[in-house]
Amino acid sequence: MSGRSHSHRPNRGLQAYAALFMVFLYGPILIIPLFSFVDALYVRFPIEALTFRWYGELWRREPVIDALGNSLYVAAIVSVVSTAIGVFAAKAIARNRVPGTGAIVTFMMLPLVVPGIIFAVAILIVLNRMGVALSLYTVMAGHLVVCLPFAIWSLLPRFEGFDPSMEEASGDLGENGWWTFWRVTFPIMAPGIAASLLMTFTVSFDEFIMAFFLSGTQQTLPIFVWGQLRFPSQFPSILALSTLILAASFATVFLSLWIGRIGLPKAATGEIPK
Amino acid sequence: MTEPSDPLISIRDVSKRFGTFKAVDGVSLDIRRGEFFSLLGASGSGKTTLLRMLAGFEAVSDGRIVIDGQAMEEVPPHFRPINMVFQNYAIFPHLNVRDNIAYGLRKFRPTPAQREAMVDEMLDLIKLPGYGNRRAHELSGGQRQRVALARALILKPKVLLLDEPLGALDKQLREQMQLELRLLQQKLGITFVLVTHDQEEALTLSDRIAVMSKGAVIQVDTPTGLYERPKNRVIAGFIGNMNFFDATPSSTGSPQVDVQGLGLVAVNGRVRARSDGATTLIAIRPEKLALHSEAPVTGGVAGVVQALQYLGGRHMVHVTLAGRDTPVAVALQGGQADVTLTPAPGQPVWISWKDDAVLVLDAD
Repeated sequence: MSGRSHSHRPNRGLQAYAALFMVFLYGPILIIPLFSFVDALYVRFPIEALTFRWYGELWRREPVIDALGNSLYVAAIVSVVSTAIGVFAAKAIARNRVPGTGAIVTFMMLPLVVPGIIFAVAILIVLNRMGVALSLYTVMAGHLVVCLPFAIWSLLPRFEGFDPSMEEASGDLGENGWWTFWRVTFPIMAPGIAASLLMTFTVSFDEFIMAFFLSGTQQTLPIFVWGQLRFPSQFPSILALSTLILAASFATVFLSLWIGRIGLPKAATGEIPK
Repeated sequence: MTEPSDPLISIRDVSKRFGTFKAVDGVSLDIRRGEFFSLLGASGSGKTTLLRMLAGFEAVSDGRIVIDGQAMEEVPPHFRPINMVFQNYAIFPHLNVRDNIAYGLRKFRPTPAQREAMVDEMLDLIKLPGYGNRRAHELSGGQRQRVALARALILKPKVLLLDEPLGALDKQLREQMQLELRLLQQKLGITFVLVTHDQEEALTLSDRIAVMSKGAVIQVDTPTGLYERPKNRVIAGFIGNMNFFDATPSSTGSPQVDVQGLGLVAVNGRVRARSDGATTLIAIRPEKLALHSEAPVTGGVAGVVQALQYLGGRHMVHVTLAGRDTPVAVALQGGQADVTLTPAPGQPVWISWKDDAVLVLDAD
């Protein structure tokens, strides 16, 4: 091959713009892990001494562990329930194209664009009217509304690309609907289901507004973080906590990418004789 | 052996409606035990719908399907003694070849050793030993087709349905697979029901063929029967050459038609004189026409050789007749008595035929 074509030449200006863009967007996030290791109560330069003590302090404080436990509990249940509902919804949407399907899908995707505070207030009013006490379960209900679009969003393309003759073939080979689901549909869908679980888990774990309105005495982690911001002496340990959340989120994303590749075609190995 | 009067599959007045559209319209067919049977038709002719009703993927709107003495109305696909090779083969992508082939064995609870032995037997049958650990995407089209066959045949079905199984293969591979499919069917003695739009495929593979159009069966016959006694113009054009003639039923009421270029032609009494005197269609195969260099004693029609076509082992002579635009094709078999020399263009000749060579076709 000859040299690069005109349109593929590196453009110094564009590269500088891209670099600035990245620094502006993601630079502030780096402040958090950086200062979680600084031995000072306030974010200020120059940095004088480094320490791990904020992390150590974190684990000695029971409310942190409680809030973390609550968040994990809520996220675990919400991710499983919303993914289960999402599987049936996506299958129904992909298979039964009836008039109005588009409208139904749009309706289910509404929580993505409607401000969370509106849904949160609406659910709060309904729960109050019904006399339901606020608890982690009401938070779960709110999170289900938020997470369902994400579940359908990650599952629907897989169901639309799913060849219905796979299920017919299973039926033809003697399996009923139950076994066909577990032996054919589920394994083929598994990467999509895993992606949906991770996605909804992350969304629920990070969610603030629903939890703010719908939680009772038990706090989720974002609510706890928000509450602690009022106390300057707690600030460094909140930075440490945020750093851990950040690291966990990155890990989850990479895990989901890794799982998403499982079961996809590897490059065909060598030549296949006739 | 079972008698032909005891069909394995009996289809009686079966219809399938989708809304107001009739995909299959009152079809009755008997498919015999051990037969290689084809449903032949263009897309939209209802052949695939009929096959899917046999498999149980579509419910029958009207009529009855009986397989091996058992009525099929209430029987779901997974309880039918039938297996199918899908058009796209539907090989499970998350399983390797071995697990694909063994998929239907779960219900029979074989021991691992039995399972392996059965799968190995199938891999040998489809000539893919050593491919057990490959995935679907590591197989060529022809190999996928064989795996789909093995996956169905391991269950020893009474009937194997094949939905356009060779459509996705290139021509050379298709011809090779046709032969293998035929040999496999003869070896196993299982009834095969094939759906195809490819006339040649149906004619080379099948014991009998049902030709379908617009949801109805037009003709059921052996390949020879379809060649010798086609019912309409489309079937007559399936294989080989055919001379078509517009004819008017003779006004005398005798079994004759008036054919442009040929004059009055006797038609074995099969044509009903239509009151409106509309034209009907008759046909004669090129090899049923005899060519003479001198006027025969009776019944010859004079013409002039227009062109000569060498077809390897035989010649096709195109003869222009007075009063007819399209030349008539006459197949010249090697050593035909009346022609000592190969005719040259421009040479005057006479053509003749026997009465039973004349086919009267349905209007359409």
